[in-house]
Amino acid sequence: MSTSDFLQIALFIGVLLALTPFVGGYMARVYSGERTFLTPLMSPLERGIYRLCGVDPQAQQRWTGYAVAMLAFNACGFLLLFLILRLQGYLPFNPEGIPGMSADLAFNTAVSFTTNTNWQAYSGESGLSYLSQMMGLTTQNFVSAATGMAVLVALIRGLVRRDGTVGSFPVDLVRTLLYILLPLSLLAAIVLVAEGVPQNLSAYVPATTVEGAQQTIAQGPAASQIAIKQLGTNGGGFFGVNSAHPLENPTPISNFLEMVFILLIPMALVYTFGKMVKDRRQGLAIFAAMGVLYLAGLFTVYFAEQNVHPELAAAGIETSAGNMEGKETRFGVVNSVLWAQSTTAASNGSVNSMHDSFTPLGGMIPMFNMMLGEVVFGGVGAGLYGMLIFVVLTVFIAGLMVGRTPEYLGKKIEAKEVTLALIAIFTLPLGIVAFSAVGSVLPVAAASIQEVGPHGLSEILYAYSSATGNNGSAFAGFGADTPYHNTMLGIAMLVGRFFMILPVLAIAGSLAAKQPVAASAGTFPTHGPLFVTLLVAVVLIVGGLTFFPALALGPIAEHLAMIQGMQF
Amino acid sequence: MSKHRTEDTRLLDKQLLQQALVMSVKKLDPRVMFRNPIMFVVEVTAVFATVLFLAGLGREGSAVAGQICLWLWFTVLFANFAESLAEGRGKARADSLRQTKSSTQAKKLSRLGARGYELVPSETLRKGDLVLVEAGDTIPADGEVVDGIASVNEAAITGESAPVIRESGGDRSGVTGGTVVVSDAIRVRVTANPGDSFLDRMIGLVEGASRQKTPNEIALTILLVGLTIIFLVVVAALPLYAAYSGAVLPTVFLVALLITLIPTTIGGLLSAIGIAGMDRLVKANVVAKSGRAVEAAGDVDTLLLDKTGTITYGNRMAHAFVPVGGASEQELAEAALLSSLSDDTPEGKSIVTLARKRYKLSINEGAIAEFVPFSAQTRMSGVDLENGVEIRKGAVDSMLRYAGGREAAVSGGESLMVAPVELKPVVERISKSGGTPLVVARDGHLLGVVHLKDIVKPHIRERFEQLRAMGIRTVMVTGDNPQTAAAIAAEAGVDDFLAEATPERKLELIREEQAKGRLVAMCGDGSNDAPALAQADVGVCMNDGTAAAKEAGNLIDLDSDPTKLIEVVMIGKQLLISRGALTTFSIANDVAKYFAIIPALFMAAYPQLAALNVMNLTSPESAILAAVIFNALIIIALVPLALRGVKYRAASAGALLRNNLLVYGLGGLILPFVGIKLIDLVITGLGLV
Repeated sequence: MSTSDFLQIALFIGVLLALTPFVGGYMARVYSGERTFLTPLMSPLERGIYRLCGVDPQAQQRWTGYAVAMLAFNACGFLLLFLILRLQGYLPFNPEGIPGMSADLAFNTAVSFTTNTNWQAYSGESGLSYLSQMMGLTTQNFVSAATGMAVLVALIRGLVRRDGTVGSFPVDLVRTLLYILLPLSLLAAIVLVAEGVPQNLSAYVPATTVEGAQQTIAQGPAASQIAIKQLGTNGGGFFGVNSAHPLENPTPISNFLEMVFILLIPMALVYTFGKMVKDRRQGLAIFAAMGVLYLAGLFTVYFAEQNVHPELAAAGIETSAGNMEGKETRFGVVNSVLWAQSTTAASNGSVNSMHDSFTPLGGMIPMFNMMLGEVVFGGVGAGLYGMLIFVVLTVFIAGLMVGRTPEYLGKKIEAKEVTLALIAIFTLPLGIVAFSAVGSVLPVAAASIQEVGPHGLSEILYAYSSATGNNGSAFAGFGADTPYHNTMLGIAMLVGRFFMILPVLAIAGSLAAKQPVAASAGTFPTHGPLFVTLLVAVVLIVGGLTFFPALALGPIAEHLAMIQGMQF
Repeated sequence: MSKHRTEDTRLLDKQLLQQALVMSVKKLDPRVMFRNPIMFVVEVTAVFATVLFLAGLGREGSAVAGQICLWLWFTVLFANFAESLAEGRGKARADSLRQTKSSTQAKKLSRLGARGYELVPSETLRKGDLVLVEAGDTIPADGEVVDGIASVNEAAITGESAPVIRESGGDRSGVTGGTVVVSDAIRVRVTANPGDSFLDRMIGLVEGASRQKTPNEIALTILLVGLTIIFLVVVAALPLYAAYSGAVLPTVFLVALLITLIPTTIGGLLSAIGIAGMDRLVKANVVAKSGRAVEAAGDVDTLLLDKTGTITYGNRMAHAFVPVGGASEQELAEAALLSSLSDDTPEGKSIVTLARKRYKLSINEGAIAEFVPFSAQTRMSGVDLENGVEIRKGAVDSMLRYAGGREAAVSGGESLMVAPVELKPVVERISKSGGTPLVVARDGHLLGVVHLKDIVKPHIRERFEQLRAMGIRTVMVTGDNPQTAAAIAAEAGVDDFLAEATPERKLELIREEQAKGRLVAMCGDGSNDAPALAQADVGVCMNDGTAAAKEAGNLIDLDSDPTKLIEVVMIGKQLLISRGALTTFSIANDVAKYFAIIPALFMAAYPQLAALNVMNLTSPESAILAAVIFNALIIIALVPLALRGVKYRAASAGALLRNNLLVYGLGGLILPFVGIKLIDLVITGLGLV
């Protein structure tokens, strides 16, 4: 590893670690209903919204009420977005006269943005009007992120409270938006504009290139959407090639900041967790487990991408920069792999390089990140509640070994919680393994696969991992915009999102009704290096056992073939 | 401690093994198998594979397919065998208990005062019936003595051959069906319907068919079923991936993969572990009313222990002789010895022992003219010697009165203060330290004080240290005053104590602990313990306790040994640890199985996957067969561990976790790599593939 690469990685991680306690502590105050520096500004607005919507901010919901409110809100959001996308041809702010989307594509896109996935089967420049981008997608970018964070907070309250309530969904939603996402996005957007990202409602600009060719330069209200797509782990680019696009990500500074924005809230939320459960060591343990998985993945991709396909090297192609296929020369390997690892660890899905063109092993890690259920920091809220599901499993499997009924943070983990955690985990084999297996043989589905051999399997595997993990990134070769995949990927996204959220909320409700058990020397320790190791092992073994066969036939076969000099 | 333990049934008793072998075949009945979902899946798969094998008989590869089928059946049979063996051992123990339950004729009374009785078979007795039990009769059912007093031989259940007294009214009114009245006659009100007695419950806990799964066992079964479903999806997806990749997978290989991946090891041993846990409890002569109570015992945070009998021996014992007023220690010891020679109380005996042991005194018993027994009026006892010397011992105040009175009688005047000046501080010091001072006088002359002391049982301190390491708080409960209690608590090393305990304060303490989120265990026997026993999360009732107390507790100790509480906690913990350890082991095993089977399955389509064959197994067929054989054999290999329970030593949760993870987690990862490789070598060597 070169010194400059090392320094870039160290700086990136250093900045994030420095910001985590501030943002995390701030969010803990927001969710505990405490006063923050934004209270004077936001609380009149907050109260106004509650009054307008007839919400009693003091009322506490049980998990069922919370879940119904969350589902109803998301269903309305989906419907509204679906209608906007279908009817955008008739609606204003459409200077390019882009027509309405087909039903299956609109379904896929609407599901994609409500589930915080931002899988894009369309290309932003040619498929969406400014109205669809701003009113449709950006709105969902905000509220889908807020939904994930609200669900997480409900789960944390379940661990802490003992009266059966988990909070109020409308209040959590509104406070997330007003106190966290809007201010942070505004700040981020301004910085991005300063770096040269466009923010306007103008028509596309025709230009003549140096070679004399004609080119249309797309623009629009990009900075605002990019800010939230990064911060809210949405990932849906304003432009088709996402953050590899020079207007979406113009400078090294914008690249650095956009990467920071990906992990900022997911990392900080772990700190928020530790603070809200009043035991920072618990947050630290989970943070450490996520950190270990993150760094292990990062270095695997990094070293994989240092290697170039042996045949390319044999053909005399310059290889000193590593595998540059599908990467922007301005970012190089280190910034491409940092982004790739971050965007798939957190379920962001924005890209600044083409994961499809990574080496087999380099492409497998981002895929594996998603297969683990996006729990390595993960989507805002979603990553941590996913990890807490793994914590429940870990505590149950290993907790018995200390001779007590397993418990986490004083709450006993019993049959009900185990059942619910398994339902949540089951979304992964269902959405990823079952759907991609069917897709790989069904002629109507397999037609979308671009490559032959193991890489083709990797493409479809990646697509369904991305959808189920609510990530949204893709292996570029995969032709996703077909009625079959639009529908099936849409279903995979719904399964991956709501079959996860509902068990999580049910666990929150079940735990909230339990009396906490006092901690003693006989209590299974859920902090410290031993627990971190155990948690990492459970995540890897559960993920590994579920996906090893598929990975063996995809990227692993491809990798072994590559080092043995075979090609498909 | 219990004097007698049911002989530990030998692990490999020939008869038990034979029975278990027969049972493991009988249990193949799908209606029985369905109780164990994991093994049910294995059985269905085995049937499926057998049908496939028979259909493809004679074709290429059918020899391997046949062997795989065979080993699938072995997997089911091995699991059944484990369960049958555990059941068999439990049953053997239950049967020996049941012998005491053989039908007897009961002398049923129409009402308490009835003169005549009606002879009825004991099975017809119902709760509330009254029976007369006379000397030589077997008590026909569990019940409570409502009239009379009798000595009862309870050897049938406790193994203790000395008869015990059972009488109406007090805290010793509970009697158990199957025990024999040795003397006198009692009238007993039956408290249990047939099939509902403590013995019946105990038998139910060790017999598989009617066994209720405990909460943690249910949760664990759900986890295992969940993993099984996940692996079903994974394996079902494989032929599709294979079709895409241009590979052809023999169905029997997929079947083999499924069976090796699903958690058959723990699935096959789970009920054996549960039964064996109950069996260990029975072996300790404790009856659980439910399996839940045993698990709860593992969760206990606070133990309420009665001082007397648990922490200290039941009686005070002489600890030292402290002379006062110029008397020598030897003199005092001699006087104390003489005065106690006829004293049959444990205190008296202990004085004799101490005096003889420490001062090597030999007494001329002929010198004794007359013993003066303890009387309620004088509240002292002693001896008059041939030479007219009068020796007395008693509590401080009564001795002062005695000495003062004698002085007055001798001087013919007022009672003078005769106590030497050192007496008061000595008495105070002894009291403060938790002891009881007993003053000895010779001819009205105070010689000194015998320090009677609550003797803390040896090794109890270490026991409490272990409990503390496990995170369990011990609270000593005693009727003593706070000063005395504090001294004994400090000596025994308990974490806390409740002095001047009344049933109400006990109940209050339990509620306080529970409000702090702690699980409380206690033992008790009297009727006034019933509310506390019911409130406690784990209530161990002494077998000689009242019916009300027995009803309120959830465990009954047949030996009536309060120390048993600690043992029960250990058994509960060991049960949970055994399950957790084998679950971890089972899941960790899968990693090696993947490395055996996946390359074997796909090497034809992608030869480069041979690189994943890290064990360098001979051929795809041998790899798959070796994995299946390992999977079956590991169940048999772990049967002794499941029956005996994972080795358990008292330690903090962190230390336990570290050790068990190392052994069962890391061991579970590595062992199958070695095992599968060895089996591969053997079956290749034998030419089986």
